[in-house]
Amino acid sequence: MADDKRIDAATGTEIKHHEWDGIQELDTPLPRWWLWTFYATILFAIGYMVAYPAWPMIDRATGGLLGWSSRGALDKELAAREQQMAPIRQAIADTSVTVLPHRPQLMQAAIEGGRAAFRVHCVQCHGSGAAGSKGYPNLNDDDWLWGGDLAAIEKTIADGVRNPDHQATRQSLMPAFGKDQLLTAAQVDDVVAHVRAISGQDRANAASRRGAKLFADNCAVCHGPKGAGDRTVGAPNLADAIWLYGGDTDSIHDTVWNSRHGVMPRWDDKLDKVTVRMLAAYVHSLGGGETRPETLTKPGG
Amino acid sequence: MLMTGSPSLYEKRKGVYPKAVDGFYRRLKWAVMVVTLAIYWGTPWLRWDRGPYAPDQAVLVDLANRRFYMFSIEIWPHEFYYVAGLLIMAGVGLFLVTSAVGRAWCGYACPQTVWTDLYQHVERFIDGDRNAQVRLANAPWSLPKIVRRLAKWAVWLVIAFLTGGAWIFYFADASTLQQQFWTGTAAPVAYGAVAVLTATTFILGGFMREQVCIYMCPWPRIQTAMLDEKSLVVTYKHWRGEKRGSLKKAQAAPDIYGDCIDCNQCVAVCPTGVDIREGPQIGCITCALCVDACDAVMAQIGKPRGLIDYCTEDDALAEQKGGAPRAVLNTLLRLRTLAYFALWIGVGAAMLFALGVRTRLDISVQQDRNPIFVRLSDGTIRNAYTIKLRNMEARPRRMQVSVTGLANAKMWTDAGSREQASSALTTMVAADSVEKLRVFLLLPSAGPVREDFAFTVRATDREGGGDSEPARFERP
Ligand code: SF4
Ligand code: SF4
Repeated sequence: MADDKRIDAATGTEIKHHEWDGIQELDTPLPRWWLWTFYATILFAIGYMVAYPAWPMIDRATGGLLGWSSRGALDKELAAREQQMAPIRQAIADTSVTVLPHRPQLMQAAIEGGRAAFRVHCVQCHGSGAAGSKGYPNLNDDDWLWGGDLAAIEKTIADGVRNPDHQATRQSLMPAFGKDQLLTAAQVDDVVAHVRAISGQDRANAASRRGAKLFADNCAVCHGPKGAGDRTVGAPNLADAIWLYGGDTDSIHDTVWNSRHGVMPRWDDKLDKVTVRMLAAYVHSLGGGETRPETLTKPGG
Repeated sequence: MLMTGSPSLYEKRKGVYPKAVDGFYRRLKWAVMVVTLAIYWGTPWLRWDRGPYAPDQAVLVDLANRRFYMFSIEIWPHEFYYVAGLLIMAGVGLFLVTSAVGRAWCGYACPQTVWTDLYQHVERFIDGDRNAQVRLANAPWSLPKIVRRLAKWAVWLVIAFLTGGAWIFYFADASTLQQQFWTGTAAPVAYGAVAVLTATTFILGGFMREQVCIYMCPWPRIQTAMLDEKSLVVTYKHWRGEKRGSLKKAQAAPDIYGDCIDCNQCVAVCPTGVDIREGPQIGCITCALCVDACDAVMAQIGKPRGLIDYCTEDDALAEQKGGAPRAVLNTLLRLRTLAYFALWIGVGAAMLFALGVRTRLDISVQQDRNPIFVRLSDGTIRNAYTIKLRNMEARPRRMQVSVTGLANAKMWTDAGSREQASSALTTMVAADSVEKLRVFLLLPSAGPVREDFAFTVRATDREGGGDSEPARFERP
């Protein structure tokens, strides 16, 4: 090897043996500091492997002398966040839901907390934007079965609707007029025609006039003489544009014939009071929340 | 572990001990050094009154609030294109300088050059000039050597610390941060930045010097492509200098020998250890200290200056063929440099224009998509929007938000309720901040038309400043 070593005259550096289109390469040495830098990176890597989790073992990686783990770091951060949130949660717990709006910062915190809780517990039925779907109320609109002020919403969330094991639960009982033969098939048709008429979807006609009498006898107890509903018993307003189960003839017929008994869980059993209160604040903030308790029904416009 | 014996794969650094020199270019370098260091150290301490709501530091990169202040200009994150414009100007500026005067940036204004130069002056002050430095480097370790080394490193460290320390003042109010720094209450990142910059300045300026230029810096590699035969570079005029010989030989046989008396002064003063007489090479940063050195020699031996000089390749060829040397200034103006200059001016003018006409309020409107609309019990349709009002003025402003193109529309925010709906909203937007509004918009007569409306949201303040943004109203 030593024999065929060729030295470049100009630089005194060895010339390598390969050649591309007459271009040859000088074997120029790298600077020393480069080498030392390289050694330093190796040392760093070894130190890192000792200090931090590095080598994969059968069920976990080596622990590392510093005892650091990404899971542990996350736990620490979560605990810190929780501690940071604790006074706010306490303040929300100590503030009645009707007073909450008078403390804007607390209200804002509650809305944000409620938004997060909603994503976990409520979106399955009410949808991620709380717009609901057939049978699941839209929480953005201004139509409320049980009232839309903060206290009413909080109670609905806390106690649920038709929760079988609890006294306080929201309970509305519409009979199945067709199925249980309280009305004949023709009578049900007439009632449906009447409901279509009072909701402004159809003009009054002979059938709806017959239905008006039946409605006054059978339905007005809960829905009111004009069909404006009654929130104390959860009877929906039939004169407005919002239909939980659909406002077309078939859907209304179905409702009168079979009745509908939607169920919402009682969240007091699953969530703490603060979270329920936060959920109420969030739902109230969606745009349809009412400012004052409304016990009386008001006719739809 | 180190490979010994020759040839080693790794080369030990050859010491470079540049000799002190005086002359035109050396003085130019002094001037540039004073100016650039003064700018670097002085800028954070300049004040600029922006009123009560904004910091009064003339140049400030406020990372926490994501603002960039430069005298009367204030840049918000969404206006980052101004920074992009500055970078483009800096890039074109480098092209311009390089095509006109070669690696002048490297030789005079590059921080690596400036700090290395500063460090070498310190070194000369403590160790003495070139010969003393070589002697000291080769001497075995002794008390005087240790004392000198420690003294030198100490001064270097102080400079490095001042360098790293000044950097953080660009990111926070300088005098406040200085107090916090000394009392230990500054942010950890400030101490980290100072530590890192102190270390890099100390190592790069003190020990690595020309190695940074030769091995680490990408710029000389790019520059090689930027230079052409009309660019000024430091050139040894071999047709005048060769054949070299000592002064004695040259005087004895003036016909054989050229002007170069092989005194090696040009090599001795070179901060990167280049022998320019071997032709243009990557190590040369065109600082022209060799020009000063050789000019001094020429003056002593009674020959005209400029054996080594700034010279374009074209001029070199012309001169070689017997032409007279051209004045340096004549080489500066040519199509390429003028084109770069025009581009540079163009970008700058466009930015100035954009700065002049930019509005200081920015409104953005985003419609809720989930749900896209809500039908209310009276049959009307309500849509929700998130409106962001970005007040970029250094004073709070009362903004009025209204919509046009949507007759009879009523609106209210999520802080109010439908009973409070009106045709316009007013809201305070704090100085230099963004106000987020969730707005419900209701069209009272939502007839059976299935159509979406385009409309415009506008925000104005009492002085009439404002902005508008198009949006849509969706219907079932
Ligand atoms: S300083 Fe001038 S005369 Fe001396 S060796 Fe260099 S080129 Fe030749
Ligand atoms: S060769 Fe001359 S111009 Fe080039 S770096 Fe050395 S002293 Fe400066």
